[in-house]
Amino acid sequence: MDIFLQLIVNGLLLGGAYAIISIGLTLIFGVVRVVNFAHGELLMIGMYAVFLASQQLGWHPYVSAIPVALMLFVTGAVIQRFVIQPLLKADPHIQIFATVGVSTALLNLGLLIFGADVRQISPGFGAESFQLGELSIVSGQLVTFLMAIALVGGLHVFLQRTYVGRAFRAVSQHRYAASLMGVNVDRMYVYAFGLGAACVGLAAALLSTQYPVFPTVGSYFTLTAFVVVVLGGMGSLYGALIGALLIGLVDSLAGYYISPDLKEVVYFVIFILILVVRPTGLLGLGRGSE
Amino acid sequence: MLKVHDLRAGYGKSEVLRGISFEVNRGEVVTIVGVNGAGKSTTLKTLCGVVRAQSGRITFDGADISNRPANEIVERGLTMIPEGRQLFPFLTVKDNLLMGAYKKAARSTVAKRYEEVLEMFPRVRERLAQHAGSLSGGEQQMVAIARGMMASPKLLIFDEPSLGLSPLLVEMMFEIIEKITAQGITVLIVEQNVFHTLKLADRGYVLENGEISLSGTGQELLDSDHVRRAYLGM
Ligand SMILES: Nc1ncnc2c1ncn2[C@@H]1O[C@H](COP(=O)(O)OP(=O)(O)OP(=O)(O)O)[C@@H](O)[C@H]1O
Ligand SMILES: [Mg+2]
Repeated sequence: MDIFLQLIVNGLLLGGAYAIISIGLTLIFGVVRVVNFAHGELLMIGMYAVFLASQQLGWHPYVSAIPVALMLFVTGAVIQRFVIQPLLKADPHIQIFATVGVSTALLNLGLLIFGADVRQISPGFGAESFQLGELSIVSGQLVTFLMAIALVGGLHVFLQRTYVGRAFRAVSQHRYAASLMGVNVDRMYVYAFGLGAACVGLAAALLSTQYPVFPTVGSYFTLTAFVVVVLGGMGSLYGALIGALLIGLVDSLAGYYISPDLKEVVYFVIFILILVVRPTGLLGLGRGSE
Repeated sequence: MLKVHDLRAGYGKSEVLRGISFEVNRGEVVTIVGVNGAGKSTTLKTLCGVVRAQSGRITFDGADISNRPANEIVERGLTMIPEGRQLFPFLTVKDNLLMGAYKKAARSTVAKRYEEVLEMFPRVRERLAQHAGSLSGGEQQMVAIARGMMASPKLLIFDEPSLGLSPLLVEMMFEIIEKITAQGITVLIVEQNVFHTLKLADRGYVLENGEISLSGTGQELLDSDHVRRAYLGM
């Protein structure tokens, strides 16, 4: 029983990490309607930035969180403005290749600058674990989990209560009508891509206390993030959170009770089942619902 | 207030508007009459910056707005209630209305405006929390007009506001338009319901083959043999 409880807690905390990566992905998809295949590479850039700040300036990863999020906002905005936007009128397939292209370019840039070495920060706080009764909890995981929930809450308020947030939702549902309301649609896309990327920047800082960085670190996480986003309903914020927690649980439980090697098989089976049974995801209402 | 001079516009190679000129003065209700496919919606969309003008000039309050971005034109005080409602289906009615006040000039007075608009549309008030996509056609049209009003525009453009409404609602819609003009908002309207519209309008233009073939006061057009035969079926 104790081990079961511990596995549940581990799963939920892991889900927090998946959530914080998936939130940006689902936001970008929800508003811009572009699947950002470069999401993992944005995470990689963020984690290298956190690593450098730690090494050169002695900053704790949590100190780097805001500056790195800002840096990634700019990076995301630039990608949208100069890569995706010129292709918006082109075939959707071409947009897919565009983000795949950005992904490959960034990956190779990472390899070129940092080499293939695995680098790890030893941050102190965030890496150690503490006991809570019978349970053992890694502090960084708990922080990540709490931040993921806070981020979803914050974005919810932003999307519901602010003019720009409302415009995000309006643009994703009806571009033409949004432009008639005076919304600068292209600018909203730039903001949304930037914001989605900024979420990854935050994720990079939070995950750096627990995970090492290497050029392909992104694909390790984003494969799962794609499963999460499809599971939760593409473009749905709460869907991403719930999907992430579910996948975290599956990961933790299947890893223990079935086999660590098979846990990915289990959630890809779930992934395919979702696509077959409920293609709009758990919380998706279909196109443009968020 | 609005001056259109020798405007040409179309889609790709096909030219829909072949040099049309007309104007709307402050406080007027002006209508454009034409058969289906004559280019009425194209005209309105070009004014709003949604369709590109190939040549010609559109001035609004003295400023050249031809081919300016749509958001800039809205900022200047020209708002269109488009054909087919075009609400945000998964936003609540309330959020749809608030989107209407998105432009910067409207935000500071949004609370007051919101109350005024709901005063005009009591039926809309009952539906505020509902997704706009789940409303009936008539309710959607009311929300579309209310959303346009939220921008407190100087010039409000209607494209086929009575489309798909029952006779009773059509009646009500025309009353609303009269109330709107009473607030000092200038109106440019395109309507299937030509007779009713010409009764209401100060002036009208007839659009045929991409050109303005006839113009005059509402009464003059109602009396014109051509209009009676071609558009009123008399
Ligand atoms: N997006 C478009 N691409 C290509 N052609 C278009 C487009 N929109 C309209 N047209 C064409 O332009 C012409 C004028 O269309 P428009 O919508 O302006 O007519 P309308 O006068 O508003 O007609 P209705 O009374 O049916 O609304 C039509 O022949 C139409 O087929
Ligand atoms: Mg039309």
